[in-house]
Amino acid sequence: MALPRITSPHAKGNNRTQQVMLQVLLAAVPGILAVTWLFGIGTLFNLLWASLCALGFEAAILALRKRPVAFFLKDYSVLVTAVLLALALPPYAPWWLTVVATGFAVILGKQLYGGLGQNPFNPAMLGYVVVLVSFPVEMTSWPAPHAVGMLEGLQQILGIANLPDGWAQATALDALKVNKSLTIDELWTQNPAFGRFGGAGSEAVNLAFLAGGLYLLHKRLFTWHAPVGMLAALALMSLLFWNGSGSDSHGSPLFHLLTGATMLGAFFIVTDPVSGATSNLGRLIFGIGVGLLVYVIRAWGGYPDAVAFAVLLMNLAAPTIDYYTRPRTYGHRKPTRGFKLGE
Amino acid sequence: MASPSYREITINGLWKNNPALVQLLGLCPLLGVSNSAVNALGLALASALVLICSNTAVSLVRGVVNTAVRLPAFVMIIAALTTCIELLMQAFTYELYQILGIFIPLITTNCVILGRADGFAAKHDPARAAYDGLVMGLGFGIVLVMIGALRELLGTGAVLANMHLLFGPMAVNWQLTLIPEYKGFLLAILPPGAFIVLGLLIACKNRVDEVLAERAKAQQVEVPVLSRRVRVTGVIE
Repeated sequence: MALPRITSPHAKGNNRTQQVMLQVLLAAVPGILAVTWLFGIGTLFNLLWASLCALGFEAAILALRKRPVAFFLKDYSVLVTAVLLALALPPYAPWWLTVVATGFAVILGKQLYGGLGQNPFNPAMLGYVVVLVSFPVEMTSWPAPHAVGMLEGLQQILGIANLPDGWAQATALDALKVNKSLTIDELWTQNPAFGRFGGAGSEAVNLAFLAGGLYLLHKRLFTWHAPVGMLAALALMSLLFWNGSGSDSHGSPLFHLLTGATMLGAFFIVTDPVSGATSNLGRLIFGIGVGLLVYVIRAWGGYPDAVAFAVLLMNLAAPTIDYYTRPRTYGHRKPTRGFKLGE
Repeated sequence: MASPSYREITINGLWKNNPALVQLLGLCPLLGVSNSAVNALGLALASALVLICSNTAVSLVRGVVNTAVRLPAFVMIIAALTTCIELLMQAFTYELYQILGIFIPLITTNCVILGRADGFAAKHDPARAAYDGLVMGLGFGIVLVMIGALRELLGTGAVLANMHLLFGPMAVNWQLTLIPEYKGFLLAILPPGAFIVLGLLIACKNRVDEVLAERAKAQQVEVPVLSRRVRVTGVIE
């Protein structure tokens, strides 16, 4: 009997890019369901359209760059980008907005830097910020929960017919930001955008993303450092500047944790292994930076939500964080950090 | 150093050594004012004028300026000419003068101008220097106007808006709305748009160069290698 000769390693790891990306997509399902339950079919349509566009752009650029198209499409990383981007866009964004956003994300955000693993910025957040800066009206039209039907929603996306006036409403973060006169209790009872703790319905969405994120953490796709850093920093900042119930209050810690893109950001964006910091300490610092920036922009900045801007700013800082948090190599003394005199 | 022919100067300024696409000089005005075609054209004309005059002047004084103090001397010449242009624009195109603002005095510090003064005009006769100034100014201006028009088109869906600021009342209706009911891609007009459009233009230029090089290589007739056999006797028929 001839025994087949196979060289080590004999145990195959389960961390190939494709596996990782599939796990992330799987973990996003509860969040996707929650968003669809809240805003209707528009989200699913956006997801489908964004995925198609992203695959098309990626294939086209790979062909232009003379890289193996099928090989890179099969790692599904571009699908993760498309899904995260579609979840960030408003559910009834017109179809061309999705095209522009995915185009920028895939072409300028990812492929021009050299493809998967080379991009200094999170592609999904880059695409989102480009359209947010360029088309503020379309990007801030969030529908009231359960307000838009399937057919009229599709017509709005395709630009055939416009939804009747009043379908869009200010989100909870918007309402809190522009509020000048009402106390928090009054705001909560008068404005339909507020739920029990955070934005109406947005709490459920955030909890669903939290569940998906905990699944990924359990599967050890990323370490706890970045998400915990971000959530802790956000909670701490909102606790420190929580001005009770006055009209100048910035909202309670629970409000900030369960509103807007907090959980999506903490578990699906901040944990990006490419554009984030590398070492565990670095990830912690990266997450804390994102959390601080999110609160600063939400409370005192010009935009109601801030996860995308905070992540992009910290992406810029990631190489510096890596430089100062280089772990000790086994068998060596602590590394000297920074420049020495006379070097 | 042998003087380059006018043909060489032309090719250098417009394509091979284009100040905006190859040397990447004068990026500050190039990126700063290229948000519309009229701004770009205004600054392109002003820069080109200064460049032609400064090249001529520098070439004329090249024999009498000490090498050690040549840079301050050149900058003085350029600054004086820039002041002239600034006063002219203030007199004839006041609104454009206000829009361009700080970028007109900043022509003094435009690296293209000092670069050509020191790199070319100080070594060649006035006629060649003036011609080099014209061509370099054109090369810079064409790229500037292209970026301006592209950004204006992407940002607003129209080109050549507000041309009357430069050409007077006859140009009021020159605006071409190419895409009606355009939403306006704001990023193109914002600063990042300038970097992205310039980067894409440079990529296009490099690609064209690549294709040209490939074509030239393909056209090269292959010279057959002759037999190296040493003939010893007789004639083989």
